[in-house]
This record gives sequence, structure tokens and C-alpha cells, in this order.
Amino acid sequence: MYAFDYHRPTSLADAKALYATLEDPMYVSGGMTLIPSMKQRLAAPSDLIDLSSLIELQGIAQLNEVQGAACRVGGLSRHNEVAGSALIQQHLPVLGQVAAAIGDNQVRNRGTLGGSIANADPAADLPAALLAMKAVVNTQDRQIPADDFFLDLFETALDAGDIVVSVDFSPPLQAVYEKFRHPASGYAVVGVLVARYADGVRVGVTGAGPCAFRACAMEDTLNEEFVPQAVDAVDIPDAGFNSDMHASAEYRAHLIKVLTKRAAQTLLS
Amino acid sequence: MSDATGQRVEITVTVNGEPHRSRVAPNTLLVTLLREHLGLTGTHVGCDTSQCGACTIHLNGAAVKSCAVLAVQANECEVLTIEGLGSIENLHPMQAAFRDCHALQCGFCTPGMIMQAVDLAQQSSNLDADAIRQGLEGNLCRCTGYQNIVEAVAKGASMMAATNALAHEA
Repeated sequence: MYAFDYHRPTSLADAKALYATLEDPMYVSGGMTLIPSMKQRLAAPSDLIDLSSLIELQGIAQLNEVQGAACRVGGLSRHNEVAGSALIQQHLPVLGQVAAAIGDNQVRNRGTLGGSIANADPAADLPAALLAMKAVVNTQDRQIPADDFFLDLFETALDAGDIVVSVDFSPPLQAVYEKFRHPASGYAVVGVLVARYADGVRVGVTGAGPCAFRACAMEDTLNEEFVPQAVDAVDIPDAGFNSDMHASAEYRAHLIKVLTKRAAQTLLS
Repeated sequence: MSDATGQRVEITVTVNGEPHRSRVAPNTLLVTLLREHLGLTGTHVGCDTSQCGACTIHLNGAAVKSCAVLAVQANECEVLTIEGLGSIENLHPMQAAFRDCHALQCGFCTPGMIMQAVDLAQQSSNLDADAIRQGLEGNLCRCTGYQNIVEAVAKGASMMAATNALAHEA
């Protein structure tokens, strides 16, 4: 790992101000991707700004007491905190399911929701959850709908210096996450989250493309009739999909259909 | 390439109940602090790429891979290593279970396995073989084929539960 300078600001304002004064800084929260990347010299920031002392980024709460009200998850929430949160179990159990599917126990004890989505790994689990559950990403000064957040491979709508303070999720009527897990890395070869709302079905997909996306053709079909076999007729073009030693683009497109179908079956059973 | 200034950071990490003050370069890993600065070589470095879990310790009570944590991130935190878990005269129940079940051959992965197993047992009082196998996903063993490790974790977890029950009664 190359040398760098380390800072641990205690307020959101200080963190952003610090970022602006440094040459090539990066934020770190859990560091579960960043520190291994720095060890491999794939990342070499001049400075690390540790966000772990920012209380603004902590906590899991419901925005108001109304049933179905959005849940706000602080950016520093660790995956095991999300998975074990009584509030999440009550209002957004599928988010707990997604968090519990990430990596291994040691990673879940350390990795954070904000860090994961800011990194936007194409095979990360949480992006599918944000897209399917009408999430809104809150930074220090703006709100970014999940639909506008994931732009490309490791690329998000965050500007330099932006911090994921929290993410708001809308509890669906029903939802399930189906993941085809890479057995060694634990990442999603493909993951599909199907969420049903009063105003329609949303299907978030991760692992298949350069970044997570909504399978709109699938949503349209399931909105016409929510039956598993309807999925068979949907065409999922694999152009631009990821293709590597683990799975071809064609296979990943196929997995989207298989996993969506399984999700629909689970939701109807 | 970085433009760092040779910064050193003053940190205090409580390791196995004892506060340690150190001055470290920011790119010092927590596992390096433990092994090379404090001489606690029970925590092993297997892969150094956060795959194998041999370096698992508890940071503020939760199992983490200390090769993927910076020493500066552990400032003002509590660290528990295998040395602090039990002693030769007074083994922790999980250590005793690993010995009783022959859950090690070369022993290299064992400290990480035990630290992880203790975390699992603390998280859940109801660990079946499937939950143990899933819980040990972040720990690799190249000798045993895992069977005896899974048995040891089950035994150690029930011994921990029994010890806790006794403590509550007392």
C-alpha cells in the first residue's frame, strides 16, 4: 500500500471542506473494497478521510410513524446492523435479506451501506434493492433517486466530495431477493429483487450489466399479469452485459429470467 | 502515486483489555500493529487479500479481518485477539471444543476460525450445521475438510451457552 495521510473529521461540513483542500483524497467508511484495492495499488489516494465519526451518517429510523412510511438507513450502517435491525425486520425485511447475503460475516460486520452504493460494484447486492424499492440517496445537499444514481461501472451520480448521508427506502407490499451467488467471492453473478407496490411491480437487477438497472420489460409483463410463467415471454437482450470466466452475457440474461421467475413464485406462494 | 507527507498518527487501541498507545503510519494494517508492534503473533496472515480469515479478530465485539482494517481505524476501539480469549490454563470453551473435536491439523487457520466461531455463537444461540458452514464462509482451512471444525463450533457454542446460563443463575 502506498503512503497516504489520514483524517477523521467529526462533522459532515468538515469532511466536505477537507475533501476540497486535498490533492487526491478518498472517503473511507468500512473500507471492505477500498483497503484491499489500496493494498493491490489499484487505488492510491493522497489522503483518506474516514467518515466513521460522523453521527449524521448513523442510525436506522422510520421517517414517520405511519404504516408504510419510508425507512431511512444511515450511510454508515453496517450490513450486519441492517440485517439485524428490528425496524428493518418489521418494515423492510427484504433489505435485511439483501444485507445478510453480502460477502461473509466479517465483511458484513465492517462494510457499510453507503460505502457499497458509492462504490457501485457491478456485482454488489444493494444496488438492486435501491432500484426496486424506490430509494432516494441523500447526500449533504441533494436527494438523488436510485433510478438516476447508478450510471456505469463503478460510476454513480455522486460528484467529487459528495457523501452518502443516508438512503430512504419505500416499504413494498411484498418483495423478495433472488441471488445466484458466486460460490467463492459471495458476489452476485446475477441478483434480482422483485418488489410489489400498489402502483406496480419493480424489478431491480444487479450483476448482469456494468451497473445495476431495472428490468422494465419484466416489470411491464408482470404488471399485466403477475404470474411466473409470464416471464418466459420476456426478451432480455444481453448486449452490453458482463461476460467473464464465471458467466457469459447470454447466461446472465438467462439468469435474470430464472431468478425473476423464482421471485414471482415465492411471492405468490 | 501519493503525495503523502510521512504523517504519523497517535492512536490508542485497547487490546485484550489493555490500552496501547502507538504512533503509526496511516498505511499500517491493524494486523501489522498486533503482530509486529505488539508481538501478538497468534493472529495470522494467510492470504493478505481478505479472503482466508486467518487474521480474524474482534473489533468492538464483532469479528473482522484485521488485514483489511487500518490500525488508525481502530483508534479508541477495543480489540480482542486469540491471546485475550483464553489462556493455556483456562481455555475459552470454543478453544476447548476445537481441541476436543480435533478441529485442526496444521493450526494455521485456527485462531481466525475460533474468533469467527465465537462471534457466530454470540450472534445466534441456535447454530445448526448449515448456519455454521455459512457462518464460516469467510474462513478457509486447507487441511481438515471442515467436518471437525463444524462439530467443534457446534460444541463450543453450546458450551458457551451453558456457561452463560450458569453466569445468569449465579
